[in-house]
Order: sequence, then structure tokens, then C-alpha cells
Amino acid sequence: MPVRVNTSSPEFARVLSERYSGFAAPAARYARSGAEVEFYIELSEGRFSAPDAPVRVTQSAGHWRMTRGDFRAEWDPRMRRGTIRQSANPYSIDAVLRIVHTLALARQGGMLLHAASAIRNGKAFVFAGVSGAGKTTISRLAPSDVTLLTDEISYVRKSGDGYIAFGTPFTGELAKLGENVSAPLAAVYFLEQGPANRIESVPAGDAIRSLLANVLFFAEEPELVRQVFQSACELVERIAVARLTFMPDSRVWEMIQ
Amino acid sequence: MSKLYLARDARSAVRVLDGEAMVMSGRDSTLFSLNKTATLIWQAADGQTSLDEIVERRVCQEFEVEFGSALQDAENMARELAGHGILQISEEPISQTNPLTGESQ
Repeated sequence: MPVRVNTSSPEFARVLSERYSGFAAPAARYARSGAEVEFYIELSEGRFSAPDAPVRVTQSAGHWRMTRGDFRAEWDPRMRRGTIRQSANPYSIDAVLRIVHTLALARQGGMLLHAASAIRNGKAFVFAGVSGAGKTTISRLAPSDVTLLTDEISYVRKSGDGYIAFGTPFTGELAKLGENVSAPLAAVYFLEQGPANRIESVPAGDAIRSLLANVLFFAEEPELVRQVFQSACELVERIAVARLTFMPDSRVWEMIQ
Repeated sequence: MSKLYLARDARSAVRVLDGEAMVMSGRDSTLFSLNKTATLIWQAADGQTSLDEIVERRVCQEFEVEFGSALQDAENMARELAGHGILQISEEPISQTNPLTGESQ
């Protein structure tokens, strides 16, 4: 999803270029009309505080408002435009971008997932799990023919009868950006670490429950929540979903083809 | 015993997979997995058909169970789901209103 960011601070623009390296390019290279989302950043030191404060995402007359201790943001999806008031902390805009992606994807049958993802043999695989389930571990164990899309937040978008997984700049413990590439989604695995490597099928109901537990979603808008639920159900109906139990060594990748 | 009428909560989202329904409550987004019998009753809960008709025509025929005990189980299940806000129950037929349009369904 092309996002255009405007800031009057060259220093902050440089920070963002480095932070999103591989996903960022000077705005002059792209037409303004190509952006699905455009943000104007108003930097203000001293007025913001705790980034660990709860996120609030509310909607009024189609206009979204997102607040946390370290930012206040507004976004109008019809105008495709918004503002972010924050200090010069790149993690603040990162949080806003994640939220905006969840809102936009929810309307398109897609989602952001707490999951690592990677491409092998032209197919994308998603490895979902809560913190400690093994997302970073399986990413570290990936052999050289695997292209890592992310070790933390996966981006899945509906495309025809299937789904496409995209690389994201949203990192986890690996602190390494994914590659800015995409591939058709072949399978979703729910990660568990165990004494042996195995893949087991998961009943559809459990799969939906596990998938929803890993969907990033911040808004309480009932209609959008229903859409996220329907999207999770649809994905489980169309894509192979299984539980992947693995030992922390590279042989697990012999099963991911 | 008076008749009981059931109606699906229109704000809840539902998806039936392999004959079993997943229902997401429109009240608090809680997920419920219904077994095949509960799914059958859920699908038939149109607010106009009484529970004993649903049990007699759908449940007893589909699962070859005895009417009296099936009706008792169905009523218990309906009251439990009603407690979670995903089903309405009433001793009168229920006319539902679409929460989005305000129109009767």
C-alpha cells in the first residue's frame, strides 16, 4: 500500500528513510495520486509521553482518530489523507502506519498478522504465533534460498481467489527489515516449539480461532470487526492451515517447500 | 409448556464450516463454536418457527433422537446462547430489525 509521508523536517525525513530503507524512496519519484495514504507529520517536542500507553482507535463520520501517549493522529480514508502529531520518534509513526494498514486491509479482506513470513520456491509461508512461539527462531533458521518477508508482522492481502503475502518493514527481535517483495500465499502455520518436527492439520474452527488470535486489530467498530472475522474464515477456507511443531534447528525448513 | 421462539442476533457474524457454525458475538466479539445440532437450530432460528417445530422437523429427523429429551437439550442450549447475547428467545414470535437499515427482516 503506497504511503506518502510529508514532513518539514529534513532530519526526520532522513531518519524515516533509514528506518524504512528498502521500502522508502524520495516522494519526488512518485506521483501524489499514486499514494493510497498520505500523512502530514507535525513534530512537537515535549507534548508527548509514554509510548506504552494504550492505543485508542475511534471513528466518527468515517474519520479515524488514533491516539497513544506518544502521538495523536487523524485519517480520512475518503480523502486518503491524515495528520500525525508526534515527537521525532520513528516508532510513533510506525505505530500509526500499522493501525492504518489494519483498517485499510480489513475492508479489503486482508490483515496484518503477528507472524513471520518468508518466500521459498515462489510461494509464501506465514508462521503465526504469540511472543515466544518461535517467529524469530524460525526466521533465523531459514536457509539461504529463503527470502524473509518479516520476522514479526506479516501483511496478507486478498487477490482473486487467493492471497498475496508482502514483505514489511515492521521488525521483531531480529531487528532486520523484511524484503520488499511478495508472493502467493501457500500456507499458514501456527508455531509451537517441541521435541520433534511435525506438521498437523487443525480443525477449521480451531484454525479460525488461532488466526483471529494473531490478527492485529485495534478498532472496536462492530462492522469492521465482523469483516475481520469473515476474512479470517475465508482465508481458512482457501489456504492450507496447519500446526507446525519444531525443534530449534534448520531441519524444520525441509518440511517447508 | 408454552412455546419458545428463537431468533439469531442480527449483529453477530456467523460462518458455517463442515456443518459447524462459528459465531462472533456482535456485543463483545467473543467467539462461539456450535456443534452440528446447535448449528441446525441456529440456522432455523428465524423468530417465527417455534423451538418444538425446529426440534421435531429438523433435529429429530437429522439425528434420530427422541423428541422429549432433544427438546429439553435444545431449550437449555438456546437459553445459554441467549445468555451470551447471540440468540434471542421469546414466548411470542420475534420480528427482527436489521440494525444497519432499521428495516424488519
